[in-house]
Amino acid sequence: MKTLSGLKKDHYGYYFIAPFFIIFAIFGLYPMIYSFYLSLTQWDGLRDPVFVGLQNYGYILVDPIFYKALFNTMFIWIISVIPQLTVSLVLAVILNEAFLKGKNMFRAVFFFPNIVTAASLGLLVSLMFDWQAGSVNQILLQLGIVDDPINWKSDPWFMRLITSAILFWQYFGFSMIIYIAGLQGIPHEYNEAAQIDGASKIQTFFKLTIPLLKPVIIFQVITTLIGGVQIFDQPFTLSEGTGAPDRSILTSVMYLYQRAFVQYQYGYGAAIAFCLFIFIILLSVLSFWISTRSNRERKVK
Amino acid sequence: MAQQVAVEKQQKTLRHRKPILPRLFIYISLSLLAIVCIVPFYIMIIYATHSNADIASKFIILPGQELITNFQRMSASVNIGRGFMNSLIIAGSTTIITLYCAALNGYGFAKFHFKGRNVLFVFVLATMMVPMQLGLIGNFKLMATLKLLDTHAAIILPSAANAFAVFFLKQFIESSIPDSVIESGRIDGAGELKIFNRIILPMLLPPLSALGIFSFIGAWNNFITPLVLLFSQDKYPLPVLVAMMQDVYSTDYGLQYLGVALSVIPIIIVFSIFSRQIMGGVAIGSVKG
Repeated sequence: MKTLSGLKKDHYGYYFIAPFFIIFAIFGLYPMIYSFYLSLTQWDGLRDPVFVGLQNYGYILVDPIFYKALFNTMFIWIISVIPQLTVSLVLAVILNEAFLKGKNMFRAVFFFPNIVTAASLGLLVSLMFDWQAGSVNQILLQLGIVDDPINWKSDPWFMRLITSAILFWQYFGFSMIIYIAGLQGIPHEYNEAAQIDGASKIQTFFKLTIPLLKPVIIFQVITTLIGGVQIFDQPFTLSEGTGAPDRSILTSVMYLYQRAFVQYQYGYGAAIAFCLFIFIILLSVLSFWISTRSNRERKVK
Repeated sequence: MAQQVAVEKQQKTLRHRKPILPRLFIYISLSLLAIVCIVPFYIMIIYATHSNADIASKFIILPGQELITNFQRMSASVNIGRGFMNSLIIAGSTTIITLYCAALNGYGFAKFHFKGRNVLFVFVLATMMVPMQLGLIGNFKLMATLKLLDTHAAIILPSAANAFAVFFLKQFIESSIPDSVIESGRIDGAGELKIFNRIILPMLLPPLSALGIFSFIGAWNNFITPLVLLFSQDKYPLPVLVAMMQDVYSTDYGLQYLGVALSVIPIIIVFSIFSRQIMGGVAIGSVKG
């Protein structure tokens, strides 16, 4: 069977996958390794980088702005992600029901904000909450709820909350679609069996749906976590790149951007990037560990 | 038989009668949430058609007549058409490169049983988990070395390594392209690349178009990469250009609303045509675990 062995072309696979690996090595892996090297240097973008060892990391450990940025990022993330993951789960269950009319329309409308340019959204919200000309103040004035326009953008906590609100608004539809995909993987028989056993919808939701969706929920938590640590576009345009007022919506990546590309401290910026990466890994491992541990406990019972 | 139908009918009416109030409540909540999703875009479009004086003095619900004046004022100082073209060039080339390289890669992984295949594929998937900001500064330095700073190529080239696209296409090729197609190509004496370009690629049109919409939207919305790698205003894509307008025209609200609208409307159009494929693609990506 010489012809058959002549048809063996498996080694050609390497040629087909080579472009990905070459491009990734050049534009993905190399920049990461080089970033790590830069994090051990001082580099102003003009002269050659000067090796300083772990100095940048030492500064980060005592940099109050870094901690503030980290706090802002985590605060904004948690306040947006809790309603995001719960509301979207409830919506997914509702929009997975057979009786509902127009569910495809609802799914599309809820998902839509997710694909809109995040930077433009930040700008839009910034315009809507403008002190003088913002539409929000205009409504409140015309309805007689307030006598004078409120200066929303001077309140740090309000700015953090509104950033969270944008993120929630933008991503709940995305989570919903993922939950729906997960729900459709659950066999109908399970729900029918629960119904026959006389379980109410609420009982089915907590005792059946949530445990079965657990892998999807963990997937969501970890991916939103990775995305959450990288929040940039919305707070950047919401605060004209500053994180104002009082650096309240300065996120970690915005701080990285400011240090590197505004103040030309590329080494320090790279060190921030690596601290964030370590932070992401720790949190991912932690959330994974928590979820597997609770699984084991249930099995023991 | 008739009895069965009657029973079914009875069950149906029963099912219909029971939860009418909760159902009404559900519809009302869903509609309210839908309104919340749409209102900002309504405001954006309406406000883009009003003069600055109108916007500063009252809340507006209906469209005005200042759209053309706003647009003229904008194009007097910002080349918005240029920004549009830049976005189109970046998003278009990114999409083509992403699709072709991902198809090559997905085909390689799906149809060739070479050594180390599984390990390499896991590696491809793992690249999805690494946050892009990690390499941001090294990438800046690399582009400076390659003299690619302030060029569109700096943004377009890296898109050839898109792990999600590879995963997406590999799944499709494994499940829907039979080996016999490839074998018959080989028997006819076609080279491997020719088989790929002439036979496989056309068969991949459905998943490629779904993926294409995805990567086009993603590239159109990309903000931080062009912000970092481009310096000249005439190279900015729309989102960056619009964000820059904020600094320069901080008190010209009509103009800013119009800028936001122009950067978002192409996405609205794409979504209203392809919403089903877009949401389907998201769902596929999520069940890989």
